[in-house]
Amino acid sequence: MYVNNIQQEGEFNSQLEVTAGTHLKRNNNSNLSESLKKNLFDGWKNTLLTVLTGIFSLIVIYQVITFVVTNNWDVIYDNLRLLMIGQYPIEEIWRLWIALDLVSLLIGLTWGLWKGAGKAVAATFGSVFFVFAVIPWTTLNTSLNLTASIALIAVGYFAGDRLDGLKIPTLILWALYIPLALGLITGFGGLLEPVLSREWGGWLLTVIIASISIIGCFPLGVLLALGRRSELPVIRYFCIGYIELVRGIPLIMVLFIGQLLIPLFLGGETGIDNVSRAIIAYTFFAAAYLAENVRGGLQSIPAGQYEAAQALGLNKFKLTFFIILPQALKAVIPALVGQFITILKDTSLVAIIGLADFLGTARRISNNPEYLGRYMELYIFVAAFYFIFCYLMAHVSRHLERSLSKGNQ
Amino acid sequence: MEETLQIEKSTTPLKEREDVIKVEKLNKHFGDLHVLKDIDLNVKQGEVIVILGPSGSGKSTFIRTLNALEEFQSGKIEIDGIELTDDLKNVEEIRKETGMVFQQFNLFPHMSILRNVSLAPIWVRKWKKEKAEKIALDLLDRVGIPEQASKYPGQLSGGQQQRVAIARALAMQPKIMLFDEPTSALDPEMVNEVLDVMQTLAESGMTMVVVTHEMGFARKVADRLVLFDKGEVIEMAGPEEFFENPKEERTKAFLSQIL
Ligand SMILES: Nc1ncnc2c1ncn2[C@@H]1O[C@H](COP(=O)(O)OP(=O)(O)O)[C@@H](O)[C@H]1O
Ligand SMILES: [Mg+2]
Repeated sequence: MYVNNIQQEGEFNSQLEVTAGTHLKRNNNSNLSESLKKNLFDGWKNTLLTVLTGIFSLIVIYQVITFVVTNNWDVIYDNLRLLMIGQYPIEEIWRLWIALDLVSLLIGLTWGLWKGAGKAVAATFGSVFFVFAVIPWTTLNTSLNLTASIALIAVGYFAGDRLDGLKIPTLILWALYIPLALGLITGFGGLLEPVLSREWGGWLLTVIIASISIIGCFPLGVLLALGRRSELPVIRYFCIGYIELVRGIPLIMVLFIGQLLIPLFLGGETGIDNVSRAIIAYTFFAAAYLAENVRGGLQSIPAGQYEAAQALGLNKFKLTFFIILPQALKAVIPALVGQFITILKDTSLVAIIGLADFLGTARRISNNPEYLGRYMELYIFVAAFYFIFCYLMAHVSRHLERSLSKGNQ
Repeated sequence: MEETLQIEKSTTPLKEREDVIKVEKLNKHFGDLHVLKDIDLNVKQGEVIVILGPSGSGKSTFIRTLNALEEFQSGKIEIDGIELTDDLKNVEEIRKETGMVFQQFNLFPHMSILRNVSLAPIWVRKWKKEKAEKIALDLLDRVGIPEQASKYPGQLSGGQQQRVAIARALAMQPKIMLFDEPTSALDPEMVNEVLDVMQTLAESGMTMVVVTHEMGFARKVADRLVLFDKGEVIEMAGPEEFFENPKEERTKAFLSQIL
């Protein structure tokens, strides 16, 4: 009855063409309260449930806010540098700032050029920088550097928004970013003062291990998935064997194996450092799982796609990499990103082989007698950081999925 | 279509033209199943052959062996003077000469319509992008959907998708077009828009082998009709004779079922 009235009123208004806007809004409002009523207060059981969950949520939120506001966060304050970059030498920190500036600029450019998910990434990075720049206990130097990064995001956005020609340079810079950043961090093999990997730590180490493993496992996993369907039995059985073997071993064991076996194969302790061994182990481990995900995508492509491409005379390479693979990967984006998120979180296991990653650093600090019993603050801080970045990845993946499925059903 | 397609519409009578498809004693097995039995069929330049037959009689398999989508065990296939063998070079050449249109359209869903039509000429014929796209747009115009070039397959109706698929096959400038039940997956109201395009193509002089159940099309457009049953060619005749005066009992039975 009520709904009917509103509809009639709406029709009436549109006929007379008077102040349709405000009425439309009121219409929406009443729809909102309608739907609230229908979803939350529909019958006494539902109402009771709503009230109880409401009270519970309020209590939790209240507790969290009181804890955050009234708590003493000294332990984070004192150890922020350790948590973020480990033992990275203070006099070389400027290199990290440059690496951060560069990625900020790239994020800004990407946002300006392609819009879409770039906005969320830029907003998240910008907010994190902003929070760290304004909290009272950051040093002036840090604040200035973070402000510069925020400015660079903005500069990138405006440049990208106006100059379409920056697309290619931006893509090239993205492709070069990891080698460039690693060069900066390590010192370009002696060009700058070398910083050994044992001095890396905290969030820096976590990000390095995760990003290289993610970038490395992707092509490897795709090749394994394709190899698994190869017509050549040698390749096919090798890939199947590899995938099944790795999937049958716990990650921790793969890490141990990496620590022990890689130097054995490559000769001597000196050849290859702990961090690289961990990265290799993660890459090869994740590739096996990624291959299975990609295989699922490949199986979802109908035979007609192969036949149409063959009938047009496309060769195997073009058929695989330009017709089949793009569709297969698109179909499994959620699974792939889920796996990348898992890699980011699983890097916390490197503490077991003696590396001081983000979580590992937090644990070491909490073991320090000076901060006895302050583990809560540390772990909340660590969890929040992991959460922000994992959530961001999931968000970008949803965006990517949506923009890729634009136009096709 | 002559200009974009470079079809030489022959003025010599059909009987005196060369065979562009020669099939001799073709046999094909799927495991124990003998799907094609001693098929002989020659097709003249510019001829339109319509293949009829009950479901499962081997029509698709036959037409798919012509461009090497299926292997065969014995017999001989020659397309435009090139023998179809295991040699990849020959397969490549034959696929350049034959275009194929499928029941399920099989457009590439992740590419725009223009890209769908222009990609094979660019990748296989090695044409410049501009040239390939110009011809693609021209072909889309011919099949009646010039305004859809920047859309994606999923945004088009079935009839439109099938016409794009025809344009895509034509863009490779094939000498021969193969159609495997091109209208069977379409809603009834879209069948004619596709048949019209095919008829125009036939009138322009294209050599065509068409598997279809559309009797009107067969009667109007075909130069010869071929009836398949259980992997054998039962009857082969011009439309007049095939419909009015069939020789074989099985043809009569088939026609009485379908008409
Ligand atoms: N890939 C395949 N593997 C095994 N049997 C097949 C395959 N494709 C078709 N067949 C069989 O071959 C016979 C002919 O099929 P097909 O050529 O598709 O018939 P039509 O197109 O006339 O309906 C059918 O019995 C079918 O089951
Ligand atoms: Mg069939």
